[in-house]
Parts: sequence; structure tokens; C-alpha cells
Amino acid sequence: MTLDKQELYVPSARRTERERYRRVRTRRATAIAAVSTLVVAVALYAGIVSSPGWQRTRETFLSLDEARTSFPDIMRGLWLNLRLMVICGALAFLFGLLIAVARTLRGPVFFPLRALAAAYTDFFRGLPLIINLLVMIFGVPALRLTGVTTDPIVLGGAALVLTYSAYVAEVVRSGIESVHPSQRSAARSLGLSHWQSLRHVVLPQAVRRVVPPLLNDLVSLQKDTGLVSIGGAIDAVYAAQIVVGKDFNFTPYIVAGLVFVALTIPMTRFTDWVTARMDRRRAQGGTV
Amino acid sequence: MRLIRLATCTATTLLAAATAAGCAPQSDGTSDSASSPTTTTSCAPGKLSTQTAGKLTVGTDKPAYAPWFQDDKPANGKGFESAVAYAVAKQLGYAPADVVWQTVPFNNAFSPGVKKFDFDLNQISISDTRRKAVDFSSGYYDVRQAVIAVKGSKAYGAKTVADLKNAKLGAQVGTTSLDVINDTIKPTQTPAVFQKNDFAKSALKNGQVDAIVVDLPTAFYITSAEVTDAKIVGQFDSTGGKTEQFGLVLDKGSKLTSCVSGAVDALRKDGTLAALDKQWLSEAVDAPVLK
Repeated sequence: MTLDKQELYVPSARRTERERYRRVRTRRATAIAAVSTLVVAVALYAGIVSSPGWQRTRETFLSLDEARTSFPDIMRGLWLNLRLMVICGALAFLFGLLIAVARTLRGPVFFPLRALAAAYTDFFRGLPLIINLLVMIFGVPALRLTGVTTDPIVLGGAALVLTYSAYVAEVVRSGIESVHPSQRSAARSLGLSHWQSLRHVVLPQAVRRVVPPLLNDLVSLQKDTGLVSIGGAIDAVYAAQIVVGKDFNFTPYIVAGLVFVALTIPMTRFTDWVTARMDRRRAQGGTV
Repeated sequence: MRLIRLATCTATTLLAAATAAGCAPQSDGTSDSASSPTTTTSCAPGKLSTQTAGKLTVGTDKPAYAPWFQDDKPANGKGFESAVAYAVAKQLGYAPADVVWQTVPFNNAFSPGVKKFDFDLNQISISDTRRKAVDFSSGYYDVRQAVIAVKGSKAYGAKTVADLKNAKLGAQVGTTSLDVINDTIKPTQTPAVFQKNDFAKSALKNGQVDAIVVDLPTAFYITSAEVTDAKIVGQFDSTGGKTEQFGLVLDKGSKLTSCVSGAVDALRKDGTLAALDKQWLSEAVDAPVLK
């Protein structure tokens, strides 16, 4: 008996051979992928740079001077985009939730509400946002009502809320209807009222299920806030356009585009993280 | 087996290169113009190297605003810029029937892509920065900017530039009217910037802005025909001591630039531009100058 002797693990010759084979194959695949990527990148670069109009395109779209000059104005304009996104996003979610609940009410008594909610979503999903904005920003002040604002930012924001509420309502409604009827039945059998069932059982599940498309709507709204500029307000894209129109150089558009991409990537990564976390909890049979 | 794999890799590589080459845009035909010396340029009447042989293609925006054009029909020869286009064409040896009009949105007039017009006129101001992207002819019109305000607005009684400082002002994007607001008036509030003068006029009527800045002939037209309870509060002196001018826009490096400039210079010298100015822009009525 060799009690004081510690026996170390020694892989068998076959295992050693298998690991060596896998390392060789992995390196080979990596090398091939790298070479392939390099070849494609070089081919694309050569194709673009050797095109007849490349010099002018570079000067007109990739001018560092224009980028530097226009950046502060674009960032000031972006502040308008962000404010509108936050405020209109919150309001659109609340109104959308309200409309979705109205559409999913049961019983003949609530038919008028269901019909109105359906008409609302049909109308505002059908109406082009740009027309909605024009009617709100230039039509409402033309009525000359006392006490009603003429501020194009407020009116434009209202138009955004009207339109996005319709989209959010449909998303939330799909969430509500995705909750199995047995959930509602179980809640009712436990003595919860209709509203209590909705509040504590259905809506929490519904909202969690539609987080990804809701965040998609938020990303979309972030860009659509720029359309408020039709009334003269200056957002990031419009700030870029002002410089483009003045200097005949398109670089500010590239700058504005990159700014929005830089904003959106964290939002989409956050969405992915939230979705993955919910998937893990569901897979582990955690609490509903 | 190895041969098949090698062939596959080779085909993939060739396909990538072919795709990149195929995506390269076709030459626009003017990229070699820089290499030809300007001394060899000839301005033979009716025989210039235009978009279409024997035709002169002119671009302008849509809608084509009065008093620069009339009835949104550039081809009818009415309105100052339409008349100027036909006068330039005549100078270059093209009869009215040989002038073809194209709708060219403002952004397309200066984008670096292939042009579909020989020149574009659309109240576009000449500036050194813009010359990096396009060619300009000599100026065909000396520009004055003016302020329009509606009765009851904060700016209605303004007599000096300083009086406008606290007003909410508006102008069209991409215009020197906007530059006048930002560089000359320097208002305390951020100006409203509109895609089109139509939106600026709506905002003016609705009281969403106190005043808008436009070029003087447009101001006369707006106050006489469109927003009749508005008046021209005043016009500006030449900014920075240099006269602002509208120029015909040509593609960068266009072979026609010197011929077109020569035509415009000739029209200015023989008094045609002044006559057309008097005929279409009716600037006999004067507006007070804001100091």
C-alpha cells in the first residue's frame, strides 16, 4: 500500500494524439479564415479606392475638417433627439399599454372601447408619420386656439406619441395574448378579480415577453425624433444638413450617422443581455 | 480532394475580386477634364460638349418659386432665372427649342455623383467653400437679404439689426439667409430652420416665428402675393463688405465653365442682366436698410 505516494494524472497516448489533432485543425481553420478575410478586405479596398470617383468622394464625404467643424452643432442637436426619445418613449409606452388593455377587455359591455382602440391603432399605423407631424406642427397652430402651444417641438413630440402609441399597443397586445388562458383562469379561481389578474399575473409576463420588440421601437423612435425638424427645430441630422447645405460637403451626415450608431449599439447590447437573462431564468424553471 | 479544395479557394478569391471590381462606379466621363488645358477650350456656338449633343440641359429645383420662375414651369421663359437661362443659352448658341429642363433637388446640384445637367440655377450663392465641390459661373445676380415680419409680431417695428436680436427668426436651410441670421443678427434664440420656404411662410403666419429672412425679391413676392399682412421690415447691407452673388452651378471641372462664365459676363456687360432684373424682379420699390 502506497498511502503516502500521490499519483498524478497522466493522459493516455491516444488522448494526447487526439488533443494534438484538434489543436492542429483549429490553427488551420483560424489561418484559413484570417487569410480569406484579408483577401476579401484587400479586394474591397482596392476596388473602392481605384474607382474613378474615389478622390472626390473622399473629399466630399470623409473630410476631417468638415467633421471637426460640424461635430459641436451635431451634438447640440443630438440633445434634442435624446430628450424627445426619453419623454415620447415613456408617454408612448403608457398610452400604448392603455390601448392594448382596452383592446383585450372581455365582454359585450366593452365593445365600444375595443372598437375605438382597434380604430386608433389602424389609423395611426396607417398614417405616415411625416403627415401626422405636418398636421400637428402647422395645422394645430392655424386653429389659433387660446392656450394651445405653437411650439414645434411640443407639437412634434405629440405627433410622435400618437404614432408610436399605436405600434407599442400592438406589441403589448401580442404580449398579453401570448399568456396562456390557463394563467388567467388559475388567478380567477384563486379569487383574484379581473383587474387583479391583469395587474399581478398577466401584465408582468406580457411586458417581460415583449421587451425586445419594445426596445426595437425605442431605437426606431430615437431616429424618428429627428423628423420634428420639419417645424424648424434642429436635431442632430438637421444640424448636419445645415452644414451640408452651407459648405456642399456631405461629411456631417456621416458624423451624425456614426453618432446614432454609437448610441444604438449599447441599447441593442442591453436588449440582448436582458433577453438572454430572461431566457436563462425561464430555462431554470424560475419564478414566472 | 486537395485539388477540389484548392480550386474552391481560388474561385472564392476571384469571385470576391470580381464583385469588388463590378461594384466600382462607371467613369462619369468628366474625370479626365482636369488633364486638358483650358487654353484649348473652344466656345463654338451650339457645339459645346454638353450632356446631349446639340442640346443645353438646365437644372432647377421643384417647386420653382416666383419671382425666379412662374407657375412652377421653368420652361416658359418667365421669371428672372428662367429668362437668364434662355439668355445664357442664346449667348452660347442654343435656341430656346434646344434648351431642356431637368428637375434637380438642391442636394443633387452639388453631390459628387454624375450630373444630369449642364448647369443648374436655383438661387445658389457663390462661396469659396462651395467651390471645392462644384464650379460656379460668374455671378448673374447681386443678392440682398431682407426680413419679413407679420403685423403684431415682436419684429414688426424693427429698424436696426439690434432690434431683431431678441426675436424668434426663421430661414430656409442651405441658404445665405440663414447665414445672415447666424453671422449678422446673432439672435439670442436659436433660429428655426426650415426645409422649404413654404414651411417658413406657414410658421410666419402661425406666429411660430416672429420674422423670416429671405432674399429681397422673394421678400417682395411673399409680402405682395402670399402673406399679405406681412411687410418687409428692412434689408441688409452687403455682409462683410463683399457682394453676395448667385451663380450658375456646374459639375466640378466641367468643360463648360469658362464658356458659361464668358456668356454671363457678356450679358452683364451689354445690359441684358440689368434689363431682366428690372423686368422680372421689380425692385423699383425700395426697402429700408437695417444698420
